[in-house]
Amino acid sequence: MARTFSIGGVHPHDSKISRECRIEPLPIPPTVYLGVAQHIGAPAKPLVAVGDKVKVGQPIAEPGGFVSAFVHSSVSGTVKSIGPRKDLAGKDQLTIEIAVEGDDWLEGIDTSDTLVTEIPADSKAILDKIRLGGVVGLGGATFPTHVKLSPPPGSKCECLIINGCECEPYLTSDFRTLLEKGEQVVVGAAILQQVLGHVRCVFGIEVNKPEAIAHIREVIAKLGYKDMEVLPLRKRYPQGGEKQLIDAVMHRQVGSGALPISVGAVVQNVATALAVYDAVQKNKPVIDNSVTVTGECFPKQANLLVRVGTPLSFIIDHLGGMPADAAKVISGGPMMGRAIANLDAATLKGTSALLFLTEKQTRRAPESACIRCGKCADACPMGLEPFLLNRLAKAGGRLEDLEANAVQDCIECGCCLYSCPARIPLLDNIRLAKGEVLGAIRARAAAAKAAAEAAKK
Amino acid sequence: MSQTIIWTIATITVLGFLLALVLYLVAKKFKVEEDPRIDEVEKAMPGANCGGCGFAGCRAFAESAVKATDLDSHFCPVGGNDTMAKVAAILGYEVKAKAPQVAVVRCNGSCEVRPKTNEYDGYASCKVKATLYAGDTGCAFGCLGCGDCVAACQFDAIHMDPATGLPVVDEAKCTACGACAKACPKRIIELRAKGPRGMREYVSCINQDKGPAARKACANACIGCGICVKTCTHEAIVLENNVAYIDPAKCKLCRECEAVCPTGAIHGVNFPKPLDKEAVKERIAERKKKAAEAAKAAAEAAAGAVSSASLRDPVRANAPEAATNAVSSASLRDPIRANAPETAPAAANVDKNVDKKKEEA
Repeated sequence: MARTFSIGGVHPHDSKISRECRIEPLPIPPTVYLGVAQHIGAPAKPLVAVGDKVKVGQPIAEPGGFVSAFVHSSVSGTVKSIGPRKDLAGKDQLTIEIAVEGDDWLEGIDTSDTLVTEIPADSKAILDKIRLGGVVGLGGATFPTHVKLSPPPGSKCECLIINGCECEPYLTSDFRTLLEKGEQVVVGAAILQQVLGHVRCVFGIEVNKPEAIAHIREVIAKLGYKDMEVLPLRKRYPQGGEKQLIDAVMHRQVGSGALPISVGAVVQNVATALAVYDAVQKNKPVIDNSVTVTGECFPKQANLLVRVGTPLSFIIDHLGGMPADAAKVISGGPMMGRAIANLDAATLKGTSALLFLTEKQTRRAPESACIRCGKCADACPMGLEPFLLNRLAKAGGRLEDLEANAVQDCIECGCCLYSCPARIPLLDNIRLAKGEVLGAIRARAAAAKAAAEAAKK
Repeated sequence: MSQTIIWTIATITVLGFLLALVLYLVAKKFKVEEDPRIDEVEKAMPGANCGGCGFAGCRAFAESAVKATDLDSHFCPVGGNDTMAKVAAILGYEVKAKAPQVAVVRCNGSCEVRPKTNEYDGYASCKVKATLYAGDTGCAFGCLGCGDCVAACQFDAIHMDPATGLPVVDEAKCTACGACAKACPKRIIELRAKGPRGMREYVSCINQDKGPAARKACANACIGCGICVKTCTHEAIVLENNVAYIDPAKCKLCRECEAVCPTGAIHGVNFPKPLDKEAVKERIAERKKKAAEAAKAAAEAAAGAVSSASLRDPVRANAPEAATNAVSSASLRDPIRANAPETAPAAANVDKNVDKKKEEA
């Protein structure tokens, strides 16, 4: 029996209907829109001005803080405007608009397909390349990778986990990446291994992807890496969650509020490993990512290699336009993805899928009273009690109680909502309360810091 | 039988007296000295326990008020000035009368004028909706229409109008406790001075987008054109972040801004007569014409003096006395500028006039 994480989780149907579609490059759109907030943390600061000529791979925005990342031009052309533009949620974000002219790459970027297996010896140089390449966690959280690879002093990494779970239904871009670019992903993992101090590396892949498991095993054997193995995992959502994956692979639990490094683990997504390979071996920054376009009502399933900043409407038009019975378009998977309010918005580095759902699939059943069945508590992979958190959140002003019941640990996976027979919008209320509690915790930390500084003086 | 009953009554009576004695002694021993004025103040309060004053309830307000050295930081919005006068009388403080307030909804993007760009089918809560995305219309600032304000109101004073999809405040019931203003994640609801006989003028929009974007999203949006600012003769309107705001303390309720607003974003309520836009516009035009004529006459007089001076000494053209003249003429033309402390723009005006004069010559 394959391993899995120890508490909670649900088993939605995996619906991976686009699994046979090869990753195909999408034509370059006439205009791309690159937001400066492509990652978690401080938005990047634009480096270019209106009218500047840019090439593919040229940095156009620099990190705006410690937790921040470079943004590179994904096309060659002229900067047409820099200003606010509505993002996927319809909110204004500072965006750099580039009109495409040709496909002229920056010098020094290796665009050939040859596999480079020789890893540079200097870890510092590798980290620098990852930073300059604007690599962020492409599994969805878009946390800057170079920050994650620099563990705080005193902590030591024991195991690198490459996250190939892809536990969200419908998504297949990581699966296709493993099959088609397995060598590059494995070399990328080897680079990460070296940066972290030659630690053990485990590929966590769910058993519903047997081809990927076999292929990666083959590649590892072929390339002759010793401390690297593939661990098949039982299919279960949310196995791709960082803490769940560490539990499944290492049988260690990350404490409340702690980082994975506290139990000696670093987790990187498959797509991130590929981006690391590109940045280090090919000098190619993150300018494209693979996006699954799928849904039962969508006539043409596809896995596309999309330049960052491509308008969603361009992708949809390329695949034959919006299906008539599509009621909702979701960025990401059906469990954690967000409904898109604005189809003119452009893709981000972390956009992994466009999912089309019909009216029937998205219909919300009417809410009824909680019958205290406890299914939500059973399903919660973080061991929380969603029914309790929901009540506290609705009561208002119960921040201390919410914090005592660890609402800040919620990973917003939606298992509680998925399992609730009364269709109570548990996640909506809990997410709201989590934001408030996190705000209170941050304010407290800032106050404590200020007090400590005042005491010093 | 009867003996049993008598015994029972006797035992219970004795027991009752003993326990009463215990209670009496305990109450005596552990008595908490409390300011008797707290009870008095609490009695004078409306007892709504709404929290509109910023305290947990009427009792908490009373406790704090008794401890305070003055009543400047205490005000009961529900009871208003009457209650505060009573509290002040009990505590022997002076109280400053506050203008009565009312909740005002600053969004007039009804269903017809603010077309939906997408359909929201999530949990019907404005707070939740605001965390998910910008909203189901093109306007990222407007009312989300899920009625968090209605749920927050303890006085049944705010309701959703199904026709417009916007909340409507029942002024008779509104106590200005501010619960709705706090509940609104878009900060649309403002507590505003009620105004004489309830008459007030306000900008019913907080869209900070630039004009074209705001107008595209909503036909009734404030587009930040600034016509109202230019028209207002009382300096009551400021334009900030592409939105006009009328200061209720300065507004003289002349309704000129309402008449000139191109999108109808400015609302006047509780006026005895409906606004005759044409009449007001004519009035404004006439005033402007008169001001322009007066200004022209003044400018001609000033320019005559200046041009003769400038022949002798071109530097003198910008001399302070010429500038002062120009200011007085400019102030007739442009009432807002009248009190402007700087004379530099006015001096620039006179220069232009001089040039014009020269050309004519």
